[in-house]
Amino acid sequence: MLLIPCPFCGDRDETEFAYGGEAGNERPADPGAATDEAWTDYLCFHDNPKGPHRELWFHRDGCRRWLTVERDTWTHELRSARLSRP
Amino acid sequence: MAAMQRYSIFSLLRGALSGHRDWQPAWRAPEPKSSYDVVIVGGGGHGLAAAYYLARNHGITNVAVLERGWIGGGNTGRNTTIVRSNYLLPENQRFYEHSLKLWEGLSRDLNYNVMFSPRGVINVFHTDAQRDYWIRRHNGMRYAGIDAELLTRADLARLVPALDLSPGIRHPIVGGVIQPRGGVARHDAVAWGYARAADALGVDIIQDCEVTGIDVEAGRVTGLQTSRGPIGAGRVGLAVAGHSSRLAEMAGIRLPIETHLLTATVSEPVKPFMDKVVSVAAAHVYVSQTDKGEVLIGGTLDGYNSWSQRGSPARLEDILSAACEYFPRISRLRQLRHWAGVMDMSMDGSPIIAKLPVEGLAMTGGWCYGGFKATPASGWCLAWTLANDAPHALNAPFSLERFRTGAVLDENGAGPVAWGH
Ligand SMILES: Cc1cc2nc3c(=O)[nH]c(=O)nc-3n(C[C@H](O)[C@H](O)[C@H](O)COP(=O)(O)OP(=O)(O)OC[C@H]3O[C@@H](n4cnc5c(N)ncnc54)[C@H](O)[C@@H]3O)c2cc1C
Ligand SMILES: [Zn+2]
Repeated sequence: MLLIPCPFCGDRDETEFAYGGEAGNERPADPGAATDEAWTDYLCFHDNPKGPHRELWFHRDGCRRWLTVERDTWTHELRSARLSRP
Repeated sequence: MAAMQRYSIFSLLRGALSGHRDWQPAWRAPEPKSSYDVVIVGGGGHGLAAAYYLARNHGITNVAVLERGWIGGGNTGRNTTIVRSNYLLPENQRFYEHSLKLWEGLSRDLNYNVMFSPRGVINVFHTDAQRDYWIRRHNGMRYAGIDAELLTRADLARLVPALDLSPGIRHPIVGGVIQPRGGVARHDAVAWGYARAADALGVDIIQDCEVTGIDVEAGRVTGLQTSRGPIGAGRVGLAVAGHSSRLAEMAGIRLPIETHLLTATVSEPVKPFMDKVVSVAAAHVYVSQTDKGEVLIGGTLDGYNSWSQRGSPARLEDILSAACEYFPRISRLRQLRHWAGVMDMSMDGSPIIAKLPVEGLAMTGGWCYGGFKATPASGWCLAWTLANDAPHALNAPFSLERFRTGAVLDENGAGPVAWGH
């Protein structure tokens, strides 16, 4: 069971959160202007490291804020968690 | 190379009379050669099947399978062994039906009992909308010549007496569907049977051999770096399931795949009480009873990228509570084991069996939850693709390009969310 260190709520069970995938994968600001290549990269081609991963978690049953979490996908070590938008 | 010792009632009798002292090993343990015409990376069912069909269907026998652990020790040995071809999209129907037909002849083909047991795979549903969906899917199958039937609650009561059909539970069951030719098979036997048959045709099966690099010269694969030294290769096929993105990365290729965990668990063995496979739509839990009598329960993903092969206790609790809800009589059984495997979740929920953008390199991967049933056809198609340097019509739709052209095969309509399929 992951204990995610929410900056507002403290260490909370993973079951309170919804996973949002890779962090820093920004939706093209102007979708109409994005090339097919850029759009497909955004939608389908994500980092998949065996090790440290920056990812989004939504504290659904808590403060309802989006967090950017650094977690090791192999050991499950939680390295940091901060608000995605201050 | 010695001829394969065929298994039969007579070989068993001969073995018994000689005190079982002269059985040959089922496959050799050769030292790797300096190079091969084709090297397959990954000694799971898919890789071993690919090697077998390369030799048997295409006459390419200078082949090695490199496995970093022991053969069948990956998802082949961790899965809940359900075999079916109950798909909605025509591309998936054709591919999985081809696979099911190969399953039907596999024990005879390999001279090895893979214990394929076509006992029927049932899906139960709880709402009118789910009912419409399953009827549409199974009508689609019937159009394609695949066996499919609708089940009433009375049918379910007859076929699966252990199932709780009472109206008082949280999501009561209103009906179901069955693919009668679906079933289960013995996972280890599939790996061992393919390994033995491939070895007999000259394939080298090399265990304890981890691939650490892929050599590419002028856009063409030339060999592999391994924990047992460099091995040259004319062509290379990747069949590493959850590790697909790592191997592709070694050749500088990015895949539309994320790695997630899927959990399963088995109980202590009990007397036979259920001879069907049952999947419950409301809970994404599927239950069968193994030949040993254990209740085998599989569930859904942990829900976040992971390579830990441990599985979240939270998910285990979900799976077990759902199984007990629908099969109340198992609620006091002790669980013997639970485990998880790394799933190669693709962005549309369908696999990639294709040439990669490096000459001579092809892969089978992106199997999500469902690659065990695909084992024969996945190996068959990868072998074809490597032998002909082009995909067969059966696997042409499962290309890597489809994610760029938009011709995705999103069976569940879940969109490009790896953990949503
Ligand atoms: C809990 C669970 C339940 C499942 N239930 C079902 C089911 O009911 N029905 C179904 O159809 N499917 C099911 N699946 C999916 C199925 O198990 C997989 O899709 C399928 O087994 C994958 O193909 P494979 O057998 O070749 O993989 P594997 O057996 O995992 O083989 C891949 C091999 O590659 C090796 N490898 C990896 N990296 C390297 C390297 N660098 N060098 C050398 N070798 C390497 C690994 O050690 C491994 O042995 C389930 C999976 C899990 C985890
Ligand atoms: Zn919080």
